[in-house]
Amino acid sequence: MTGTDRLFLAISWAIGLCCVVFLMLPIVITVAASFTSSSVYTLPPPEWSLRWYRSLQERSGLWEAVTLSLNLAVVSTAISLVLGTLAAVAVARGRFRGREAIATFTVSPLMMPGLVVGVALLQFFREIGLRDAYWSLLLGHIVITLPFVMRTLLASMSAFDFSLVDAARTLGLSYPKAILEVLVPNLAPAYLTGGLFAFLASMDNYPISIFLTDARNKTLPIKMLQYLEEQPDPSLAAMSSGLILMAVIALVVGARTVGLNRMIQG
Amino acid sequence: MRRLEHIGLLALPGLTFLAVIFALPLFMLLLKSFQIDGQFSLEEYRLFFTDEYNMSVLWRTLRVAALTTILALLIAYPTAIAMSRANGIWLSIFLVAMVLPMSVGVVVKAFAWSIIFRTRGVLNDILLSLGIVDTPIRMLFTETALIIGAANVFLPFMVLPIYAVLRQMDSRLPEAAASLGATPVFRFFNVTLPLSLPGVVAGCAFVFSLAVSMYVIPSLIVGERQQTLSMLTARSFLYLRNEALGATISSILLIIAISVVLGSSWLANRLGSRS
Repeated sequence: MTGTDRLFLAISWAIGLCCVVFLMLPIVITVAASFTSSSVYTLPPPEWSLRWYRSLQERSGLWEAVTLSLNLAVVSTAISLVLGTLAAVAVARGRFRGREAIATFTVSPLMMPGLVVGVALLQFFREIGLRDAYWSLLLGHIVITLPFVMRTLLASMSAFDFSLVDAARTLGLSYPKAILEVLVPNLAPAYLTGGLFAFLASMDNYPISIFLTDARNKTLPIKMLQYLEEQPDPSLAAMSSGLILMAVIALVVGARTVGLNRMIQG
Repeated sequence: MRRLEHIGLLALPGLTFLAVIFALPLFMLLLKSFQIDGQFSLEEYRLFFTDEYNMSVLWRTLRVAALTTILALLIAYPTAIAMSRANGIWLSIFLVAMVLPMSVGVVVKAFAWSIIFRTRGVLNDILLSLGIVDTPIRMLFTETALIIGAANVFLPFMVLPIYAVLRQMDSRLPEAAASLGATPVFRFFNVTLPLSLPGVVAGCAFVFSLAVSMYVIPSLIVGERQQTLSMLTARSFLYLRNEALGATISSILLIIAISVVLGSSWLANRLGSRS
């Protein structure tokens, strides 16, 4: 290594470390701001306090929004895992043309602007006469979660040895049973990471949900933006910290079971 | 095995779902934007493109997306280099710094940046206490604040594809070039950079398409004063009830997104066949 090489590398490291700080900044600021005793955002806070966490109980409609969001995230992720398993097995195992196209198509919602999908769904559901907000939201959230699940399942199934499934079948298991008892447990890491990212994407979605809600069915992100307009006190930082805690738990579970390196290989 | 011919049918439920609940609605939206009272017409587009305000919004959206992509690339490339050389605890620190922000929602991060940029906010407090400025400066509601916030949110999507190609790259290649007497600068521009271009293209395409269509970040950081195409779409549907305008702008966003996807995969293919 020459001196110039070392200089290059040193600069890269300096920028890389700044990048780490930059990426963590909004998370750290939010958590720090949530423990303030003051009603404005000053850092460091004049005194540490839990008052904004206590005040969350008084926020009207917060609990309903949290349960609706959790419900949508769990149900849509579960449906996506089922649809995704079937489609990924077909792509990995089938002998027909257009398997590449199917793979691209099932991942493509990731590349489309969320807001445009929301607008399109709004008009489509109106056209076919679907008025129920919960069902509209659920269908929309399956479109959000399915590509996350497909991306990880497709990648892991292309490396999976399907002769294990065939062996299970010669031992007398039916095909669905062989998939459930041999393939799924073997691909547990892919199910976990795909499922986690799908769940988090559903919990966080705003641009699709905003077009599909009604006055009674508001998801958490929609409710948070509404609070922000009406009464932007540090209780919003407390809510955000709750969501950050959820992400930290997901990260720890993912890192423990599949490892950080595999989590980034969507 | 007879089974294998029928196995393709397993894809049907998922495909039918996406065809009906994703592709069909988008296609109908696109179709509707080219129609007035059931007749083919470009009138809505003519109205959009001849309106000075709409054009300023279109340019602002493209400019913000381009600058966000450039800023993200400038930070991400050296970071990916450092990351590809990192091991052990340092690699873990880098990975956590990528995965954790990706798992935290956009709403939370955009909200955090609005606290940071507030006139009586975190950044101004720091600048005042360091004596860099005498009076708080206005940062929220500026385009610079929007670009910094957006680059922050989309940064992992730029770093990770570049990191993936750099990590796979045979580290002996630059060494071989060095042993043949190539200078570090020559090696970077003729070995490392060309080999990492597929990652750069993928990252830029991802960040640009996310930044063109972002909605939550500009609504929280710049608000209504400086509209972007997404905000204009949402406004025309949710407040103005001008659905024709909304459908036209959505179609423009859709066309931009599709061209970015097609363009980047064409470019990636060309790069792939060359190396």
